[in-house]
Formats: sequence, C-alpha cells, structure tokens
Amino acid sequence: MKTLVWVEHEGGALKDATLSAVTAAAKLGEVHLLVAGEGVGGVADAASKIAGVGKVHVADNAAYAHALPEAVAPLVVELMGHHDAFVAPATSNGKNIAPRVAALLDVMQVSDILSVEGDKTFTRPIYAGNAIATVKSNDAKLVITVRGTAFEKAAAEGGSGAVEAVSAAASGEGSKFVGAEISKSERPELTSAKVIVSGGRALASSENFHSVIEPLADKLGAAVGASRAAVDAGYVPNDYQVGQTGKIVAPEVYVAVGISGAIQHLAGMKDSKTIIAINKDEDAPIFQVADIGLVGDLFTIVPELTSKL
Amino acid sequence: MKVLVPVKRVIDYNVKPRVKMDGTGVDLANVKMSMNPFDEIAVEEAIRLKEKGVATEVVVVSIGPAKAQETCRTALAMGADRAILIQTPDDVGSTVEPLAVAKLLKAVADEEQPGLVILGKQAIDDDSNQTGQMLAALMGRPQGTFASKVEVSGDTVTVTREVDGGLETVALAIPAIVTTDLRLNEPRYASLPNIMKAKSKPLAAKTPADYGVDIAPRLETLKVSEPPKRSAGIKVADVDELVAKLKALGVAA
Ligand SMILES: Cc1cc2nc3c(=O)[nH]c(=O)nc-3n(C[C@H](O)[C@H](O)[C@H](O)COP(=O)(O)OP(=O)(O)OC[C@H]3O[C@@H](n4cnc5c(N)ncnc54)[C@H](O)[C@@H]3O)c2cc1C
Ligand SMILES: Nc1ncnc2c1ncn2[C@@H]1O[C@H](COP(=O)(O)O)[C@@H](O)[C@H]1O
Repeated sequence: MKTLVWVEHEGGALKDATLSAVTAAAKLGEVHLLVAGEGVGGVADAASKIAGVGKVHVADNAAYAHALPEAVAPLVVELMGHHDAFVAPATSNGKNIAPRVAALLDVMQVSDILSVEGDKTFTRPIYAGNAIATVKSNDAKLVITVRGTAFEKAAAEGGSGAVEAVSAAASGEGSKFVGAEISKSERPELTSAKVIVSGGRALASSENFHSVIEPLADKLGAAVGASRAAVDAGYVPNDYQVGQTGKIVAPEVYVAVGISGAIQHLAGMKDSKTIIAINKDEDAPIFQVADIGLVGDLFTIVPELTSKL
Repeated sequence: MKVLVPVKRVIDYNVKPRVKMDGTGVDLANVKMSMNPFDEIAVEEAIRLKEKGVATEVVVVSIGPAKAQETCRTALAMGADRAILIQTPDDVGSTVEPLAVAKLLKAVADEEQPGLVILGKQAIDDDSNQTGQMLAALMGRPQGTFASKVEVSGDTVTVTREVDGGLETVALAIPAIVTTDLRLNEPRYASLPNIMKAKSKPLAAKTPADYGVDIAPRLETLKVSEPPKRSAGIKVADVDELVAKLKALGVAA
C-alpha cells in the first residue's frame, strides 16, 4: 500500500505530530509525504530525512501558505490518484483538511486512530474514550487521522527520500486567511511535553492561575494546561484546554490542580504515565484515576510545593 | 438569508457511557439522550443571527430514529422556525455515518439554499469531527471550522477559529459552512411558553430515500471494548511526601 502523509509545519519547521503520523503510515506500507506551503524548501529537506520516507511531494505556492483546506484538499485528491491511503495527524489543521479530502474521494474517514490492526482495520476512541471501537474500512481508499500520543515518533533523521515538485493548479477560492493570534510561550508544547501542570476552575482568576500554576510549571520544566472551565472563565487561552474536545496529552507526569475530573477532561489526559491530583474534595473523580493524590487547599499546597522543589 | 442547522441526538454529556457485555457497542437502553452540545451552540448562534436581522429563517435538520423528533422540538423551542427529520430505521446501529449525513445535508441544502450551514464541530458519541468539512467539500463551498466568533457582513462571513496554537481568522464567501467550538456562545434554555409554542411549529418527516442517498455504512465495527482501566493510586499526607514522590519520578531535582 502506498500512503501519503500530510506534513504539518510551522515557521519552517516540521511539527512533531507529523512524525507520529509517519509511524502509523509505515504500518500500512510505503510512506510518501506531502509538503504544501509557501517557501517550504527547507521543510521539504527536513521531511526527506525522516526515517523510512520514500518520496516527498512538494507543492510550493502562496495558495497553500496557511493550510487552507479549500486549497489543500484538491491537491491531495490529485495525488491520491496514485496513493492508497491519506494520513494526517489529528491536529486542528489535520482535522480541518482530512474530512474534506475524504468526501471528495467518497470515502468515510477513520478519525483519531489509536492503532493499526490490519490492512484496513484500526482502533479508535468513541464516547470520550469510554469505549474503543475496532473498525474496518470497506472503502477503496483510506483516509485516516492519527492520534499523536498513540504512536511513537518516527526518527527525524536517517531517511533519504527523493524530493519531487508537484505542479498542481492551485485552487481554493472562497476562503481567505485574515490573521492569527498564536500564543507565544517559552514552555514546551502541550502535546509533546514530558511534564504538564494543569489548572481548573478552582484557580478562580487569571491572576491566580499565573501566580500559582506557572511557578510550579517553571520548577518542573512543564507545559501548562487547563480544564474547559478555566478556559471558559478566561483564565487562560483556548489552546490550553485538555480533553475530549481540546488537546489529547500523554506526558510522563500530569499534575491536575483544582480539576474535578469530568469524563471530558479525563478523555484528554488519562493515558498519562503518572497522574498527580491536588484537590480539596477527597471524593473528586480525578482521584479515581490519579496515581498520587493530595487532598487539601491548592492555594496553600501549590506554593509550598513550588518552594520545596 | 436562511441558516440551516443540523442537530444530532446523542447520549447526554453527563452520562458515563457503558460498553455492552457482548462488545457490539455502547449501551443506550434507558440512557438519557440530549441534543449534541455543540449543536445547541450552533442553534443558539443561528437564532442570534436572526435576532440581529442577519438571518431570516432558521431551519434545523436531524438524521436519526423517530425519537430524534425530540431533538428537533428542543431546537424549535430554543427559537428555530421549522425542522426536518430525516428518519432512519431504529436498527441502523447507533447512528448514520458522517459521510452519509453530509450527503443528506447536501441534498437538503440544495433544496433550501441556506446562506450558512452551522454544524457542531464534533458529535460527542462518535467523536468523528468530520461532517461539516465533508458537507463543505460536497457543496464545493468554504469552511470555517471550530468557530469561536462568527460575523456576517454582506456576502462574507468572518470566522475566528480555535486552533492548536491559539486563534486564526478566515473570511469566507457566503454560502459557507461553519462548525462551532465551545466558546462561540452560551446556549439559552427554552422557556416553558416557548416549549409549548414549539409543538405547533412545522416539522417535516422525510426518509433518506426521499433524497436518494444510500446510508449503508462504509466502516464495519468489528468490536467495541472498554479502554484499559486506571485504578486509583495512593494518597500522600503532605507536601513533603509529594516532593519525595516527584523526586522518585525523576521530575524534580
Ligand atoms: C461538549 C462538551 C465538551 C467538553 N470538553 C471538555 C474538554 O475538552 N476538557 C475539559 O476539561 N472539559 C470539557 N468539558 C467540560 C467538563 O464537563 C467539565 O465541566 C470541566 O472539565 C470542569 O472543569 P474543572 O474541573 O476545572 O471545574 P469543576 O468541575 O468546577 O472542578 C473544580 C474542582 O476544584 C476543586 N477545588 C475548588 N477549590 C479548591 C481549592 N481551593 N483547592 C483545591 N481544590 C479546589 C473542587 O473540589 C473541584 O473538584 C466539556 C463539556 C461539554 C459539554
Ligand atoms: N445524524 C445527524 N443528524 C444531524 N446532524 C448531524 C448528524 N450527525 C452529525 N451531525 C452534525 O455534524 C456535526 C459533527 O458530527 P461528527 O462529524 O459526527 O462528529 C454534529 O455536531 C452535527 O451538527
């Protein structure tokens, strides 16, 4: 089987999520990549070095600059003339593009796969990860998105894929990129961090969130996450949300501070290796999944913890 | 401008789903069902557009078993003008797949000619996150997914999107497809008088065959199982013990 993996990149660098998608694709067969964007020569070179990659198709055109699905999907469809499976990471961009490709190919997408069980058989989470479905596709071609935390990252070095320019007529009218407000942070990225400290509604204000959660995260070299309640209340931006409908994370250590542990939150973090919970309610559901729990007031516990680290 | 809002009947978000013993699916017998939360947000947004004088009519459409009528009525009680129920046999497994839903919605859109179709970003049962994008592809129209802000001006809709890195804004030519994220709005509760009024609002009953769409599934579910269980660990008594644990884990010096 020949697979085509959509390469996610930003600011001239490959995104880690691509490497997990490559690992999943390699379980299906030969791995080809698609690098689409503007001025992406460097990305294409980096992509060609990913271990196990056969060919790198490069579409360098202003129309692909912001990964707009209206432009990228037709390009993918054209390349799918000689590939059997389209694979994208289940990131916000991947989720935006892949179903558009699937519909154009008249294929039912398999979303957010956790494992490859056979040629056309996969497992995927449903009902906020409270059930795992094993599904087999009966379509002629496959369109798949890959949960990054479920697959090892392919080695970024060691490959020598052939880079080939694609000359597709760029389309995609009707949609225009206006702008972006991207959160800047010195901290590790949530989805690839080894340690995450997350705060919930209990933080009660943006000031508290920053003055209580961030110093602890700094001490642990951790990324910062949040529950939906903390995001809705405006303590932190939307991209901090961990959960069923936010980011899926699986760090070595996840520290949940003042988070109750609703199923929608657990869906995003319960594959973490070690879960630590700090909550004043000893019956909070988060303690049912926590490896280490500490019952008490976060406003005394967290500053004390930070000072003792 | 008409606004079309697809609404799905799903397990209530407060219910903890249980996998059936025979591994064929999730047990939905005697379980509370509700409108998909993202669809409530979509209905709310459409009603607000009508209240602002931007939309002229809000039409909701649901694809599902006879009971999906309740979901339609809920949307009508919130303020939608009329509903279309595309009824599927009760034994179609749990739900119709996103690709078939998108094809049915395309057929409805061809008839209704809405300026905007506002869907939820994700159904909380299948967690597919596909239908809106598929509909946009089938209609050959632009899409603004994961919306946290929607502004219509003339024949353009400007959508602020929640993306991995923060927020992104796109301007789309109408007709366009929008999918909602959690922060778009806070849906209203239907008042009792409005619930009563909704009973007399029009609800058209259709079938997939009326639209000539084949809803046979493309994905075969071989098995549904429980995820690996995590068990509760230990509780530490104080911060010093926690510090010791963090050191043992190698995350603190
Ligand atoms: C469609 C849908 C999608 C959703 N998606 C997500 C998602 O992706 N991610 C997500 O997180 N949620 C999601 N939710 C929301 C979810 O259901 C919960 O409402 C949310 O996770 C609760 O956040 P919380 O734990 O911060 O707040 P709460 O549930 O209010 O919990 C606060 C906790 O803090 C504790 N506490 C209070 N004060 C203190 C103190 N001083 N010291 C210590 N502990 C204290 C309390 O005991 C309580 O356990 C979604 C909901 C819906 C309907
Ligand atoms: N059976 C259905 N009836 C009506 N709308 C649906 C149906 N299935 C999906 N949708 C719409 O598509 C959105 C995304 O669903 P999904 O792609 O299944 O995650 C939902 O939030 C609904 O707006």
